[in-house]
Amino acid sequence: MMYGYEWDTTTWLTYTTSILPIILIGLTVTLKAAAAGFAIALVLGLVFALLRRSRVTVISWATALVVEFLRDTPLLVQLFFLYYVLPDFGIVLPAFLTGALALGLQYAAYTSEVYRGGIEAVPYGQWEAATALNLTRMQTYRDVIIPQTIPRIVPTMGNYLVAMIKETPVLSVVTVLEMMGLANMIGERTFEYLVPLTLVGLIFLLLTLVCSAGLHRLQKALPKAGIPLR
Amino acid sequence: MNWTAYLPMLWHGAMVTMTITLAAIVIGAALAFFFGILRVEGGPILSRIALCYTEVFRGTSLFVQLFWFYYALPLVGLSLSPTTTGILVLAAHAGGYGAEIVRGALSSVSTQQLEAARALNFSRIQTLFRISLPQAVVEMMPAFGNLAIETLKLSSLVSLISIADLTFAAQSIRNITLNSASIYSITLVCYFAMSLVLMAVIRVIETFVRRGNVFPRGAQF
Repeated sequence: MMYGYEWDTTTWLTYTTSILPIILIGLTVTLKAAAAGFAIALVLGLVFALLRRSRVTVISWATALVVEFLRDTPLLVQLFFLYYVLPDFGIVLPAFLTGALALGLQYAAYTSEVYRGGIEAVPYGQWEAATALNLTRMQTYRDVIIPQTIPRIVPTMGNYLVAMIKETPVLSVVTVLEMMGLANMIGERTFEYLVPLTLVGLIFLLLTLVCSAGLHRLQKALPKAGIPLR
Repeated sequence: MNWTAYLPMLWHGAMVTMTITLAAIVIGAALAFFFGILRVEGGPILSRIALCYTEVFRGTSLFVQLFWFYYALPLVGLSLSPTTTGILVLAAHAGGYGAEIVRGALSSVSTQQLEAARALNFSRIQTLFRISLPQAVVEMMPAFGNLAIETLKLSSLVSLISIADLTFAAQSIRNITLNSASIYSITLVCYFAMSLVLMAVIRVIETFVRRGNVFPRGAQF
């Protein structure tokens, strides 16, 4: 019994249908965590990418080091670090936010590279034209460079979103009750792990396929010239 | 008790992590080539089987796969140790991504090369091993490097199926000493160092593969 739903383990079919509502509640948590993490990754990644391009050598080097460190260490350990060490400094966040932050930090390191590649792919003439028009650096990024970058980076960003969805089960180790955590808990109580785990696996497979197909269509629908920010 | 007394435990964990990662990379590479080549050369049935393999291992989370095989294998009478299960699942996961890399690289070999091979009366096997693969392997190396780092990072998940790797050691020491900041910082630095070493090794292999290319540089277009 969980969230008011009783499970029925007589056959695998009744078992599946009886735990499906519980797993679907977990699915909403999974999707919320991925959405929150991805939002953090998109914003923080852009900050990293711009800092990395800073003209002050110390800032660009330090950012490069931080990004490299985040990229080359496991999400699980980063998550443990945030979960156990932040409270030592008086920052007590709910487990869900800690998880979203960990996902966001790791993927910010990935997205910053995507932004960087996208920004570097904008022809140099665009920068010169912006200078000729007397635009400030801020205006150049906002009105000229980033709008042209968006169509180029959307496919890669989408792939990272899909990858992130598949990494959200890690959050279950810090007590976030998403799909995988719930499946494991059901398994612990019924001693029947395979049905809930298979169900979760299938839902992930479905999510991945749907997201990939959606991305493919989005990519075709995007205007190639760029998207104005205002 | 001072946490420094537990450093040997962390070292032992790091060794386990390294063993598991290397074993998974080697087996994963074999799986990647096997299924990647099947995808391209396997004909209608075998290439579909390979497609199913890659989609399943890429599409379902590694986290789910680890637990699934951990609980499922004993039910079919295969009682492997957690370490073996961990290595195999990690390898199958890396193999799924690797097969996609192999497929991509093989299909990016220019068609003129294949036409030339046919004109010279090469068999399919000869074309694959003497024309396509030598050129494709060079293209695969950077992506394989990323995949190896990814495998090292994901190997931390095996701690959840009770394997005493670096993450598991860190967790145990934290539970005893409650000194989270130092333990996790050291653990993160350990992983970072291992990643850097792995990257350096991959660089060496990459230059080796480039130099060992059976084609002289001028012959590639």
